[in-house]
Amino acid sequence: MSWQRRVLRIDLTKGTAEAEALNMEWANAYLGERGLATKYLMENMDPKADAMGPDNVLIFATGPLTGTMASTSGRYAVVTKGPLTNCIACSNSGGKFGAELKFAGYDLLIIEGRAAEPCYLHIVDDKVEILPAGDLWGGSVWETEAAIKAKLQNPALKIASIGVAGERGVFYACIINDLHRAAGRSGVGAVMGSKNLKAIAVHGTKGVTVDDPKAFMAVVKDTHAQLAASDGRKELTVYGTHAMIDMMQEWGSLPTRNFNEVQFEGTHRINPAASTAKNANGHQNLLTNKACFGCTIACGRIAHIDAEHFTIVNRPRYRGASGGIEYEAAFALGPVVGVDDIDALTFASFMTNEHGMDPISFGVTLAAAMELFEMGVITEADTDGVALNFGNAEALTIMAEKTGKYEGFGRILGLGSKRLCEKYGHPELFMGVKGQEFAGYDARTLQGMGLGYATSNRGACHLKHDTFAADMEDTSGNGKAQVCKDSQDFTSMVDSTGLCLFTAGTWGMEGFQRLLDSACEGDWTAERLTEIGERVWNLERQFNLAAGITADDDTLPKRLLEVPAPSGSAKGKVNELDKMLPEYYAARGWTADGVPSNETLARLNL
Amino acid sequence: MQKSLLITPELCTSCLQCEMACSFEHGGVFNPAKSRIKVFEFEHGRRAIPYTCTQCAEAWCMHACPVEAITKNPETGAMEVIDAVCVGCKVCTIACPFGTINYNADTGKVLKCDLCGGDPKCVEACPTAAIVYVDSDWTGYDRMRSWAARTDPQPAS
Repeated sequence: MSWQRRVLRIDLTKGTAEAEALNMEWANAYLGERGLATKYLMENMDPKADAMGPDNVLIFATGPLTGTMASTSGRYAVVTKGPLTNCIACSNSGGKFGAELKFAGYDLLIIEGRAAEPCYLHIVDDKVEILPAGDLWGGSVWETEAAIKAKLQNPALKIASIGVAGERGVFYACIINDLHRAAGRSGVGAVMGSKNLKAIAVHGTKGVTVDDPKAFMAVVKDTHAQLAASDGRKELTVYGTHAMIDMMQEWGSLPTRNFNEVQFEGTHRINPAASTAKNANGHQNLLTNKACFGCTIACGRIAHIDAEHFTIVNRPRYRGASGGIEYEAAFALGPVVGVDDIDALTFASFMTNEHGMDPISFGVTLAAAMELFEMGVITEADTDGVALNFGNAEALTIMAEKTGKYEGFGRILGLGSKRLCEKYGHPELFMGVKGQEFAGYDARTLQGMGLGYATSNRGACHLKHDTFAADMEDTSGNGKAQVCKDSQDFTSMVDSTGLCLFTAGTWGMEGFQRLLDSACEGDWTAERLTEIGERVWNLERQFNLAAGITADDDTLPKRLLEVPAPSGSAKGKVNELDKMLPEYYAARGWTADGVPSNETLARLNL
Repeated sequence: MQKSLLITPELCTSCLQCEMACSFEHGGVFNPAKSRIKVFEFEHGRRAIPYTCTQCAEAWCMHACPVEAITKNPETGAMEVIDAVCVGCKVCTIACPFGTINYNADTGKVLKCDLCGGDPKCVEACPTAAIVYVDSDWTGYDRMRSWAARTDPQPAS
């Protein structure tokens, strides 16, 4: 009940597919999705293994609430060792693929080894095939989804696939499902490519049941009503995450031109208001909003590009609608590269979706290349003749396509910012942590965000903690360690349920606790769930420590630690990581070297 | 008063809460593959169209059925499949011009919308009111009213 209690294990080296019973002891200790997959990863691979080698293990994991009527029940996570970071990677996605995998009867899909030739998986309930993908290899995500549905004559298939970026090992290649939902960060798509696995096509007809249907449906009704009434939910429905851009601009935490500035003069041309305004041709960027599976929020954006825009004037293929810009794409294809042309951002976003790469890492890497270009360290001789100046919209769109297709200078951009900056002798220009680029929040203005970035187990990330309210209340680092730790634990739990983080602000712990307690066998108390979150976080840390990460990696670039914010609400401030980090380790019950103490491990049964 | 499902596709976000509610009501399982209402997406999700049985008054499926397993519920107007009578011949699935009655290999019977006996669960589940349950004689009422509201006011004399 709620779990399908089955795991599908694929060994691509041997060409085998076998279903096995889910380890319920682990499910009870780690819940599902992120947490349970982390446990399976830890038990199935050596954290020191090469992320791009056959010994890395790639896990697709649903949660106990995935595929139920609880709102936002479409989430699944991809957990593996990330090539961008050499840390544990945990990227979750919405769309409809995750629920479909669960309907086919599986909680987890574990992929091991490496296929000799390109292949894809075809899963319809108990029937599992590993099929040749020679004809799909080299195609985009959009082409791949269409080709598989046509070839297998099944439009009901839900597909997760990689584009050329994943095939060729762009370090931040992602896995895209349902055309424009992404397991986005840390290069999980490159791992899939390294296994010669082009796509996973699933159709499930088994459905999902819960332990106490009557009680569960009563909680579903309550939690749906809470979301329906919530102002935060309404803002997400109407504006999407895109709304953050105006808030961050006003607050002065909108990273601009590779984090040299914290406010962007062109924000009003790429914000939600701009997306619903008509241009001179009468064109409006935003068409409608769109939900993932089971979601009563529907924050997704569906947009199209003006047919006269330079990016598509001769490319009618891109006149149609697709996933529009959400906040992180808006930041990473906008302010951080200095571009304020909303249709150029949308085209670049289409490229990152179609070719399967993380727009955050791509944009922040391009920003570093632009800084190097403006410094004269690289020239047009390096960049295929493209002037990589900040603000050059054409350069943005050309490089998004080149990187996605692994062509020319795009191959260098595909290294990610850390490796690119090291290659050109300026490691200080890398804006990220543990090899992964920052999201769209400046850590000088948002202190707790900086601590979250520094300590996130998948490298710089804005989604693994929630210190916003505390950061907006107080621009100092005071008290942020505990807020960061507690919210990391809570988020780890939410990411293990199969639901979306965007319900958390409305529901708090109570909503999740009630849904899980009625859906899953046994007693699921808030205390138990909090402990699960903390256990998951510590297990991820143990993976990273075993992979060779140390406390020295829990840091931020000098630009955020030494160069004061030039404007905004925290003008003149730097991030106070040196003060917050020891407090954080103490709050976690870790040693001064950032290692979980024996007492902490014992308390969490690790 | 008989009532009908009225679907406004522009309001649909493709969340599939309706499909889960339908399958749960009829089988106790969240299972879109067994739902009697389906949402179809086009153009990368720009359009999402919920689609189900319109409960034809002279229903093709009812007339085609050789064993009279499909009967009209006099209270709701729904064409309902009597599972005990249905032999799974699938002739109704050929007869329906809209494809809204389908065979279910798990049971050997056909599945179609029965309006949940007058309390359609898809309506309750839909978060955007893309599916509503209204007077069958006045499914156009709201649209009529909204067009009426656009009529120019009388010019000032």
